[in-house]
Amino acid sequence: MSGRRQTIACPICDTMYQVDDEIAVRDTRCIRCGHRLTFGRRGAIARVVGLAMTSAILMGLAMFLPFLNLTSGRNTVSASLVEVVGGFADGLMVPLAFAVFGFILVLPLTRFVLLIFALGPVAAARPAFPGAALALRWAIVLKPWAMAEVFMIGVAVALIKLSGLATIGMGSAFWVLCAVVLITAYQETFMCRHTLWTELNSARA
Amino acid sequence: MDRAEQRARLITARDAGRVGCRSCGLVAPLGQRRCTRCGAALQSRDTQSLQKVWAWWMAGLITYIPANIYPMLRSTELFRTTESTIVGGVVDLIHYGDYAVAAIVFVASIVIPIGKFGAIAWLALILGRPHAQDTHRLHRVYEVVEFIGRWSMIDVFVVAILSALVQFETFATINPGIAAISFAVSVIFTMLSAQSFDSRLIWDRLKEGTPA
Repeated sequence: MSGRRQTIACPICDTMYQVDDEIAVRDTRCIRCGHRLTFGRRGAIARVVGLAMTSAILMGLAMFLPFLNLTSGRNTVSASLVEVVGGFADGLMVPLAFAVFGFILVLPLTRFVLLIFALGPVAAARPAFPGAALALRWAIVLKPWAMAEVFMIGVAVALIKLSGLATIGMGSAFWVLCAVVLITAYQETFMCRHTLWTELNSARA
Repeated sequence: MDRAEQRARLITARDAGRVGCRSCGLVAPLGQRRCTRCGAALQSRDTQSLQKVWAWWMAGLITYIPANIYPMLRSTELFRTTESTIVGGVVDLIHYGDYAVAAIVFVASIVIPIGKFGAIAWLALILGRPHAQDTHRLHRVYEVVEFIGRWSMIDVFVVAILSALVQFETFATINPGIAAISFAVSVIFTMLSAQSFDSRLIWDRLKEGTPA
């Protein structure tokens, strides 16, 4: 593998570099704007795929386990995440419910699935699926729109606002979703674009 | 070779008559339409970048106005309906003594959106013509604006959770007001505005002779 050289351009400021494999296994930054060009972690692909699978499974669980338990008087009601988000879906608020549902569940889950689809075969040393490049590109594009972590802060604020009205306990899905947020943050630290694309490309060829 | 000297030797893909892919970084000959590695559309410079930025920016500003005028929450308690706007919600929280939460909501729904409108306009004005600014500072503002935009959604999520949870109660109901939708749309528009920036403009529009 040694001696392979690639010409790449910094996506932020367009400065051009010749990168060979010996350099790409280390951390490199663009000299002009400081953008990270390579994280250079070996085994990054396997970790990204493993963590995306973990997150996807946990996310599936989190959808249907009780998310919050509401106690007032002697009544206790528990609501799953789907019920919480779908709870106000009537009339004018249907688009809002769809948007919230998309931002906190559908888009994060879509990203995990796209990453597994694009990089799973590469991690298993098999030829990549057709459409893998498209899937990886979309996984990167969707990143700012997946807002599970923003939602968790929103939940915390809502709980404090409601604390006078009723007793509210966190259900298991709440903690599962917390775990998903942390795992996703950890997974992002391995998302070296240069490595991912180089490996995916050699698995396609 | 020291850093300044190293910097003087840098050439961009455009200088070399080529085009860099903004998705995966691979360099292709100028005129090629799609990246051979990742399939993204290639464009040496987005010449319409600032127009898109301003268009989304204005759309975001227009929808931000009803988001502040109309109620975010309509709560009904024993036949009495109260409506609260974004600012009203913050005032209520301070009134109940929840200063930390009031601060979070204030920052997420008021400071961040207004700061973002200002920061995007400032960047777009500077990048509209050759500038002599510190490129690192411009780059940092650009990164912060891109990173922070999504956190404004907190208030929309709060409204969603509140109204869903309180539906399980019998004596009170909370419904999202029209401002919740306007605010969500405004956040989406400003995120699109920030994403429309072609960051390479920061270095392209640098006046000759200014140290990068």
